[in-house]
Amino acid sequence: MGWFKRMKDNIATPTIAKKETPEGLWHQCKKCKTMMTAEEHKENLWVCPTCEHHERINSTEYFSFLFDGGKYSELSPKLISGDPLKFEDTKKYKDRLKAAKAKTGLTDAITTGYGKMEDVDVVIACMNFNFIGGSMGSVVGEKISRAIDHCIKYKKPFILISKSGGARMMEAALSLMQMAKTSAKLSLLAEAKLPFISFLTDPTTGGVTASYAMLGDINISEPNALIGFAGPRVVKETIGRDLPKGFQTAEFVLEHGFLDYIVERKDMKAKLAQSIRLFMN
Amino acid sequence: MVYLDFEQPIAELNEQLEKIKEVQTKGDVDVSTTIKDIEKQIAVKIKEIYENLSAWQQVQVSRHPQRPYTLGYIDYITDDNSFIELHGDRNVGDDKAMIGGMGSINGESVMFIGQQKGINTKMRQYRNFGMPNPEGYRKALRLMKMAEKFNIPVVCLIDTPGAFPGLEAEERGQGEAIARNLIEMAQLKVPLVCIVIGEGASGGALGIGMGDKVFMMENTWYSVISPENCSTILWRSWDHKEEAAEKMKLTSQDMLELGLIDGVIKEPIGGAHADPEKAFENVKNAIINSLNELRDIEPQKRVASRIKKFSTMGHCEEA
Ligand SMILES: [Zn+2]
Repeated sequence: MGWFKRMKDNIATPTIAKKETPEGLWHQCKKCKTMMTAEEHKENLWVCPTCEHHERINSTEYFSFLFDGGKYSELSPKLISGDPLKFEDTKKYKDRLKAAKAKTGLTDAITTGYGKMEDVDVVIACMNFNFIGGSMGSVVGEKISRAIDHCIKYKKPFILISKSGGARMMEAALSLMQMAKTSAKLSLLAEAKLPFISFLTDPTTGGVTASYAMLGDINISEPNALIGFAGPRVVKETIGRDLPKGFQTAEFVLEHGFLDYIVERKDMKAKLAQSIRLFMN
Repeated sequence: MVYLDFEQPIAELNEQLEKIKEVQTKGDVDVSTTIKDIEKQIAVKIKEIYENLSAWQQVQVSRHPQRPYTLGYIDYITDDNSFIELHGDRNVGDDKAMIGGMGSINGESVMFIGQQKGINTKMRQYRNFGMPNPEGYRKALRLMKMAEKFNIPVVCLIDTPGAFPGLEAEERGQGEAIARNLIEMAQLKVPLVCIVIGEGASGGALGIGMGDKVFMMENTWYSVISPENCSTILWRSWDHKEEAAEKMKLTSQDMLELGLIDGVIKEPIGGAHADPEKAFENVKNAIINSLNELRDIEPQKRVASRIKKFSTMGHCEEA
């Protein structure tokens, strides 16, 4: 992957080169501020070669390297959110949806698809944090539900990549009930003895943590991902003091017994595929 | 008596009544007709106010400090001296915000589980304001699984402002504890009846809420977040809590219309706190009727229809 070569290149990233390259083709690491070309960043699976910061990515990016050759068939691509409560706060929910669609080119906060991973048939659902904070509304619940139906029908394992701030408030109790819905469907997947691998990425909080994200036969995460039920700010307010260093990181959650392992993005596909081979033996 | 802000007209009439009664005890003037008249006015006022409660006012009633709590219901509903409280999750400790135990109704054993709020300042702290830690959810699950083993139906009484968002709660896996309950409740082989008796806040409520039958008492709320927190997040201030309550469709009537619950249990006029025994009786009847309905259904069928019910919740469109 040219990992080390790029590291060297980055240290030497000249400001001249920056000027010569059109805007938008550069990426600056949010953590260590290293500059690199967007192309380099992408080749490195959106991980900083200097500090190994795993940049938040969405379904398009995950699917591009998890499915063999980036090829997959999307499930229920036409499913979109209605506005059952005619919800309006400072903005109309309808307008929020429109804006999110325009910004991301996605239909909702999750994309589901099936294809091959190291030649093994898999179904992968991946949340899109860029779509209203990856919030879980009716479409997220229904797409997960249909993906599980597909798994059961064709006896395929299920991988779900979570990345969400939690429930979608604009769907209120309908959103809450997606926790019940997805958990009920996962109980059917379990009955069918098909593996469910939950991959928790930065951030996974709220109702998503309190339902499918924590229900994997194995739960996996990326380095340093934020994982929790209550958000860190809420916990801080509750206890009235600063949070300990590393609180609610993937490493913290692993240490407390709620994750099976943490994997770097470059090893993610191989490790997922191997886990599934062991299950489906 | 504690009065909510919108109950002030009732408070004023009651104050008048007290004064007149004082006059009467002095014995000089006959004020019995005035007393009757004011009593009538009070009854009319209560009815008028309670028949027109806004969503936010219903939220206020659900949190009324004199509203009966879980153990009060259980004490009334179960046969005399039949209830035995059971403690602990067999792992970390005993959560005082989540209570459980077995008792009988007309001779039939029932497992009761519910969040418990405190009746005074000291007890409110002891009960952690009805906000369970992970061990509360795990205790609830232990009792559900035990009920399943002995073929005993489960009744959950929901009354919580939310699962506790504390540091230790996170360390011990609050999210996992609730999630585990959801997947286990989906497959529980015995009848499961869940009733929101006060506040039904988010995952903390749903964590004991996946029933074959889910009811809400008339003046309760059930949603993904409290109206105050919704207001804070979406409007960036607490000032829109009334509007948030309205928009979220969180009242019992709204939830029934959305098809997210199976029924509404009537409260006595003036709310459950005005006549707790009447409230207990209504809840008891709902439990008995539900168990009668669910008892003879084959466990597999019951589980299948429970899963189907929750699996069809949501509202999507096809582009
Ligand atoms: Zn970096």
